[in-house]
Amino acid sequence: MTGLFYFTMLIALLAALQVVRGLNAVHALLHLIVTLLALSLLFFLLGAPFAAALQVIVYAGAIMVLMVFVIMMLNQGDAAVEQERAWLDVASWRVPGLLCGLLLLELGYLLLAPADGGRVRAVDAAAVGRTLFGPYLLLVELASMLLLAALVGAWHLVRPLKNRREGTSDD
Amino acid sequence: MGAWLAWIPLLPLLSSLTLLLLGRRLDERGAALFGVGSVALAALLSLVAILLFVVSDGTAWGGQALSWFSALGLEVGFSLYFDGLTAVMVGVITGVGLLIHLYSVAYMSGDDGFARFFAYLNLFVAMMLILVLAGDFLLLYLGWEGVGLCSFLLIGFWYRVPENGYAARKAFVVTRVGDVALALGLLILVQQFGTLLIQDSVGQAQLLWADSDWPFWVALLLLGGAVGKSAQLPLQTWLPDAMAGPTPVSALIHAATMVTAGVYLIARTQGIFLLAPDVLQLVQLVGGLTLFLAACSALVQQDLKRILAYSTISQIGYMFFALGAGAFSAAVFHLMTHAFFKALLFLAAGQVILSLHHEQDIRRMGGLLRPMPFSALCFAIGCAALAALPFTSGFYSKDAILLQAYAHGGAGIAWWLALAGAGVTALYSLRLFVRLFLGECHTAPTPDNRWPMRWPLALLCLLALFGALIPQPLSDVFVSVPAGEQHVSWAVHLAVLLMPWLGLALGLWLLLRGEDLRRRFAGGILARVWRTGWGFDALYNALLVQPLSLLARLNRRDLLDLPVGFLAWLSRTCHQGLSRLQNGRLRQYVAGIVWGALLVLAVVL
Amino acid sequence: MTEIPVEHGLLFAAALFCIGLVGVLVRRNLVFMLMSLELMLNATAFVFVLGGALHGNADGQVMFVMILTLAAAEVAVGLALVVHLYHRHRSLDADRLDVMKG
Repeated sequence: MTGLFYFTMLIALLAALQVVRGLNAVHALLHLIVTLLALSLLFFLLGAPFAAALQVIVYAGAIMVLMVFVIMMLNQGDAAVEQERAWLDVASWRVPGLLCGLLLLELGYLLLAPADGGRVRAVDAAAVGRTLFGPYLLLVELASMLLLAALVGAWHLVRPLKNRREGTSDD
Repeated sequence: MGAWLAWIPLLPLLSSLTLLLLGRRLDERGAALFGVGSVALAALLSLVAILLFVVSDGTAWGGQALSWFSALGLEVGFSLYFDGLTAVMVGVITGVGLLIHLYSVAYMSGDDGFARFFAYLNLFVAMMLILVLAGDFLLLYLGWEGVGLCSFLLIGFWYRVPENGYAARKAFVVTRVGDVALALGLLILVQQFGTLLIQDSVGQAQLLWADSDWPFWVALLLLGGAVGKSAQLPLQTWLPDAMAGPTPVSALIHAATMVTAGVYLIARTQGIFLLAPDVLQLVQLVGGLTLFLAACSALVQQDLKRILAYSTISQIGYMFFALGAGAFSAAVFHLMTHAFFKALLFLAAGQVILSLHHEQDIRRMGGLLRPMPFSALCFAIGCAALAALPFTSGFYSKDAILLQAYAHGGAGIAWWLALAGAGVTALYSLRLFVRLFLGECHTAPTPDNRWPMRWPLALLCLLALFGALIPQPLSDVFVSVPAGEQHVSWAVHLAVLLMPWLGLALGLWLLLRGEDLRRRFAGGILARVWRTGWGFDALYNALLVQPLSLLARLNRRDLLDLPVGFLAWLSRTCHQGLSRLQNGRLRQYVAGIVWGALLVLAVVL
Repeated sequence: MTEIPVEHGLLFAAALFCIGLVGVLVRRNLVFMLMSLELMLNATAFVFVLGGALHGNADGQVMFVMILTLAAAEVAVGLALVVHLYHRHRSLDADRLDVMKG
């Protein structure tokens, strides 16, 4: 089991790397889905089957489908790949790589300090549900409000504006 | 007598405000109506006041016209006081002031600032009246500073010429030195006696300060103020430059009224000065020195108005000399007669200057007797009064000064100086008249014979001749100083009587015979020193002006401003740096966040 | 259940987070930036779930649900913005969007 755990971690990291340096948006998206599924497996291994299920259904399912839609809508193709290649030259990696490497070093130094190996205990969906609709009820309400706001905002943003339509009709 | 006295200064004040506010809308006729009318009404009221005063057997009247505030036991109001001294001053101010206003209407006609001129002139009259009518120190100081302000405004009236502005600033700053001393003296009085009323203060001083050092210091400070305002040694340098103003201004402010405010001040606070005999001695010495030095300077000046200015300094020196000698009423007497004949001289000089197209250099004048007989007559009368020739008004007042001073203190240095000054006065009077009206004609005049300009002169001629006959109700004002033991012998009488004639004779002899001597003298060092007013200007320039301007140059960037300027610079630099960060690039913002996270974590580590 | 050192799990999360961060910093395409952002969100979500599992309570998973909600909202609004900007500028270059006034 521990071996599977580390193996899954490795897959997640490799896929994440592919997301970051990928040129084709659809390929990158597929790698992102691989990362998400790997994380889902990790959740399952950590004894959180509810989270694992949500990860697959909501994240890899719903959210990623949304992104696929958008990528298809923008319909970029080969020109976009060339564009990405031009943008991602070696020089542009240096400073962000250095920064994030430093950050990782610091985080690693901080996280590795207390060696506290603990047993992982399973938490089932019922317990999550009880907690969610018990002490965290307010949070659920807030989340619903947030989703509603996001819905309204997204609808407003993509709504075709009148003046914009006129502007495009000119050219 | 009553609070209606307040209307005497209020009328010109209101007129001045009107002219300042509406001056642009009024034509010359309207402005003149306001300017002259208000002073005429004030003069009428003054006449009524003086007559009432005389009818009531010279009882002094004092009262509060208006209460301002009262706090912590200090009652502050606008108190007026009217006694014999006030009566003389008010009479001189409104009388001579009215004549000069009338003259100015003709003199200033056609000037762009006609309304402005009358606004300032009215303001001056109002302030001067406040000064002499004041029953408390506050009002006195208000008038004192007010006339200083008007003097400044009117010297620099033709402000487009930089020299005029310089002269105005000089007058203002130099008199300010004296005003600081005056303010200190008044504050000491108020602090000591807890009352602002002049009469109360002086009365209390005589009761409480019999054996104290206070009178000495207070009198010294008051003298400082008087010396500044009246252009006496050592603060006399501003008056000759003050001639930059229009000639009626020189006549009214710098000859007849404002410059005599110092004399008025000392006369008004006589009680304090009597407690400080040392200061009184100093007053006499200052007067004596000033009158002689200024008379010498007047002897060699080339500028018509500067001659008259030095002559004014010299004549006020006589008043100070009289005050210091204890001859208070003689001083006030001379103040009045001097106002008459000096105003006459200035106005006549103004006529000459105007007809010579603003030429003031007497070397380019001469032979004006034939084209301008009226001016010559006025000048002759004025010079005669100035030189104290018998039966003119100046004769009586100057005689009174010299004889009373001798009676009080005998013949000290100051008295000899005053006697010699009388001779020099006659000499420069003769020179002035001869250079202007005799000899050959250098510049052809275009005489201005308008009657509005003439008949004030005619009236002043009468006053200069017979002004000495005006009785002065001063007997109750001054505490009679115990007369000295000196017996005034017939020799002294004769000397005083003959001195002006001696000066005239010397002048005539120089005129007829001493051509060579005059030439040699005129180029000599002494003449040069006299011409520059004994080098006081250069001395003050080197002692005060140069170091100050050096300091100003050193501090041009304003050292104290540097920290403030640094803050401004710092915030501007920070603004520029930070606004560069605000470039709208999303990825750089993210990088900024990462840097911040790195830094925070590094601190935690 | 599985016995794993906690710090390894945390280190994994940190690595995932940093990879996402590099993505955000390096990419100029807005879509890729959004994807990298998802990676970072998942890294934090993983830490929550790990913590919850270690302490054996449900709070970790509740927070995961919250992050899921947040991610959904963020993606919805973010993608809407991307579409809008693409229509306006015909480009997904984040560096060109440095002017406030459209």
